[in-house]
Amino acid sequence: MNMTVNIAGVEWKNPVTVASGTFGSGAEFAEYADLNRLGAVTTKGVANIPWTGNPTPRVAEVCGGMMNAVGLQNPGIDMFCERDIPFLRQYDTKIIVNVCGKSEEDYCEVVHRLADEDVDMLEINISCPNVKEGGIAFGQDPKAAEAITKAVKKYAKQPVIMKLSPNVTSIADMAKAVEAGGADAVSLINTITGMKIDIERKSFVLANKTGGVSGPAIHPIAVRMVYEASNAVNVPVIGMGGIMSAADAIEMILAGASAVSVGTANFHDPGVTMKIVDGIEDYMRRHRYETVDEMVGIVR
Amino acid sequence: MTKKKEYAEVISQERIAQDIYSMWIKTEAASEARPGQFISMYPNDGSRLLPRPISICEIDKRAGILRVVYRVTGKNTGTEGFSGLKAGDTIPVIGPLGNGFPVEKAAGKKAFLIGGGIGVPPILELSKQMDCGKKQIIVGYRNSETFLRKEFEQNGEVYISTEDGSVGTKGNVMDAVRENVVEADIIYACGPTPMLRAIKTYAEENGIECYISLEERMACGIGACLACVCRSREKDHHSNVHNKRICKDGPVFLSSEVEI
Repeated sequence: MNMTVNIAGVEWKNPVTVASGTFGSGAEFAEYADLNRLGAVTTKGVANIPWTGNPTPRVAEVCGGMMNAVGLQNPGIDMFCERDIPFLRQYDTKIIVNVCGKSEEDYCEVVHRLADEDVDMLEINISCPNVKEGGIAFGQDPKAAEAITKAVKKYAKQPVIMKLSPNVTSIADMAKAVEAGGADAVSLINTITGMKIDIERKSFVLANKTGGVSGPAIHPIAVRMVYEASNAVNVPVIGMGGIMSAADAIEMILAGASAVSVGTANFHDPGVTMKIVDGIEDYMRRHRYETVDEMVGIVR
Repeated sequence: MTKKKEYAEVISQERIAQDIYSMWIKTEAASEARPGQFISMYPNDGSRLLPRPISICEIDKRAGILRVVYRVTGKNTGTEGFSGLKAGDTIPVIGPLGNGFPVEKAAGKKAFLIGGGIGVPPILELSKQMDCGKKQIIVGYRNSETFLRKEFEQNGEVYISTEDGSVGTKGNVMDAVRENVVEADIIYACGPTPMLRAIKTYAEENGIECYISLEERMACGIGACLACVCRSREKDHHSNVHNKRICKDGPVFLSSEVEI
């Protein structure tokens, strides 16, 4: 049996990575999970300069999930290259750098800066719902999404994954748009915009008023969107959204995902990714699959 | 890869005041816990995913057990779930987390150990471990339900404030400091932000070294998600902006390091 997957020319040892923003750059989780056993580590979004992020409270719990409005706090690309890439390179895993920006120039600057760095893939976040002038402006209009994809592709030396927002009418149209722009893969879904009100204080729970909902509550929405996107494009789809277990990951793969990202579950159990890798292997054995590819998108 | 979420065994649980519960749990976290650290406690309920950061109230390393004293925050909350646990039940935990109080800095000094509200519990283990010139414990409560008071009285001079004036000084902990005309060379405090703000101001005005334990909503509890940040005076070396992570860089900070 072979757990490897090939995502846009990059071979991962298994189909499991982590969702950007839930795993830092891996350092904090290395005490709880063996990073060598992940197909890839997807880093917290990084911009051209340091970002302070949103005021607190930045998170709230909701039934079956959570909301966040961290606002892409990050140390900037210089510190990232100096500290986080060498840290991750100690491990036998692929490095996917999540890139955020406020303008086309911002994105291109980071992608350009990363071109000669020792990283394996780039994930372009055009779907953060928590930063006003940020990614989402590019992530809700197919034309803008195609244009930003084309722009970053000019500078990128690594395969480019475009991370899509679920806060759109047609995920298929968005996936097609970034594919037309030259995306090597797509990842979805980012969080779904939500709101929570404290009825005793009569105020918003999050300082940002709205936040992105994640966790098992949104898993069925993510499965549906992975199914629709994977039917619409030929590039690989990395599926995410509320994966808590191997069963959830396999569901996503059967719906059309070539690989999966584990996000909110890392907060529930920082060692959960290890259990998910083991669980996928066990499922493949039980169902006599030789490769992960044999399972991708078979439910049609 | 040395740490993991473990299932701690509940040794005992009792209600010690309105909505305040005391629980002893058997956990590996006990072996290295220090006063001022916390543990992440997870509801045994699949619809509530996030850990509750709960401060450590007492540590018994020999028996491998920890005491947590926590407030039930309302009906159908995770903490209400914790309060229903009985001896022999298990609860998922990770810990100890964060940096505790720098106990050793009090050596030979006159110290204030200040706790307010649900910030009172961590002051107990601190008071037990502290070896200082003069140990003055100042604890603030809402009313006459002065939980942990007896334990404090075995560990230092105790001054109490209550919001309703039923015990000790009417008002807050700083009112108790003024009323009793007590002084300190070093301060350790845990409690609600307005209380900590007042203590920070008092310490800075009087040039007193002061350590405060902060609280914020958390998600991961281990320093990765950047949910529980506080503003730092200097640019933080990890975040590269003026933010520190309460769970990982704190929860205890030198008061002059942070802006609250």
